[in-house]
Amino acid sequence: MAIIIQSCQNEDSITYKRYYVNGKGLYEKNCQNCHGSDGKGLGTLYPPLTDSTYLIANKKKLACIIRNGQSEQITINNVAYQGQMPGNNTLADIDIAQIIVYISNSFGNKQGHYDQTEVAQDLAACK
Amino acid sequence: MKKLLYIALSILVIQSCTNQSDTKLPILGNREPVERTVDGKTIVDTIYQTISPFSYFNQDSILVTDKDFDGKIYVADFFFTSCNTICPIMHRNMLDVYKKFKDNPKVKLLSHSIDIKYDLPSRLKTYATKLGVEGNQWEFVHGSRDSIFNIAAKNYLVSAFEDSSDPQGLVHQGWFILVDTKKQLRGAYDGTKADQVKQLMEDMDKLLREEAANEK
Ligand code: HEC
Repeated sequence: MAIIIQSCQNEDSITYKRYYVNGKGLYEKNCQNCHGSDGKGLGTLYPPLTDSTYLIANKKKLACIIRNGQSEQITINNVAYQGQMPGNNTLADIDIAQIIVYISNSFGNKQGHYDQTEVAQDLAACK
Repeated sequence: MKKLLYIALSILVIQSCTNQSDTKLPILGNREPVERTVDGKTIVDTIYQTISPFSYFNQDSILVTDKDFDGKIYVADFFFTSCNTICPIMHRNMLDVYKKFKDNPKVKLLSHSIDIKYDLPSRLKTYATKLGVEGNQWEFVHGSRDSIFNIAAKNYLVSAFEDSSDPQGLVHQGWFILVDTKKQLRGAYDGTKADQVKQLMEDMDKLLREEAANEK
């Protein structure tokens, strides 16, 4: 029994790591120009991804933001941002999940795993 | 042994200092030889390409011309505010240049928008403010289609054009062009590469030393 739990945990952590590594590559290609390699954004042109409070509060909206983009005014850490984030029609659910794992576990965030299966649910609830 | 090492090290330091002030940045672009006669002897001068006179409106809707750059070195680039590919990277890097030379009266930055239709001064102002830029050391300028695209191609040797097959309709290179007080081109750096922008900042220091020596 102990052995089985052990190996399950390992598998989870392997999945998590795979998501994280792939997510990093996808982030560099699709997001880093605007949000920066350190996730700090750029002035108030591009918002930071370093604020855990915002990311946790909007966890269920992240897939929608990444797929459809966003242009409404938002407030992060008392600073207002209003810009135009383009959508990403070419990213598959798995890509979106990997990107979410990467950003929500980098730049000072530590939210653990987010699975591919959650993307479809979250996308179905997009506004 | 330790002493020897120190001596060797200090020689190295002195060496590298002298090297630094000795080597001048090259002058780039087209050039042509021109003959003139001095005391009956023929001398060949080289005339280097320079930036032609220009006039644009900046982010404060004030007319900015080449005269505002007299006696200064400057860095020029081409961008547009809604560009969502290389521009954020370029201006994140240019912001480092801005911070390093902030309030240095001998240094200016000049970003030309190639989005003639939409990047009117008010929009450039919003962009500059959001980027965190105040004052007019860094000019964001709006000009006519011809003046912007011509100066890019002919003077700064940067490729920028309208292209209906591009998703955003505008294509341009991310070069940062370093211009000296004689309005000659002294360097071209890929504004999307952090290491090249670091080189640009070092070269700006070098050029400022050269210009200061010329003034004496
Ligand atoms: C062209 C620049 C650009 C690119 C590329 C870009 N974003 Fe954004 N992003 C923005 C802007 C601008 C906003 C703010 C939108 C608004 O005002 O509502 C934003 C907002 C966000 C937000 C919500 C606010 C925050 O800071 O937490 C998240 C999360 C986000 N982006 C993640 C991503 C991810 C992940 C990618 C890559 C798939 C990406 N962005 C690519 C410009 C960009």
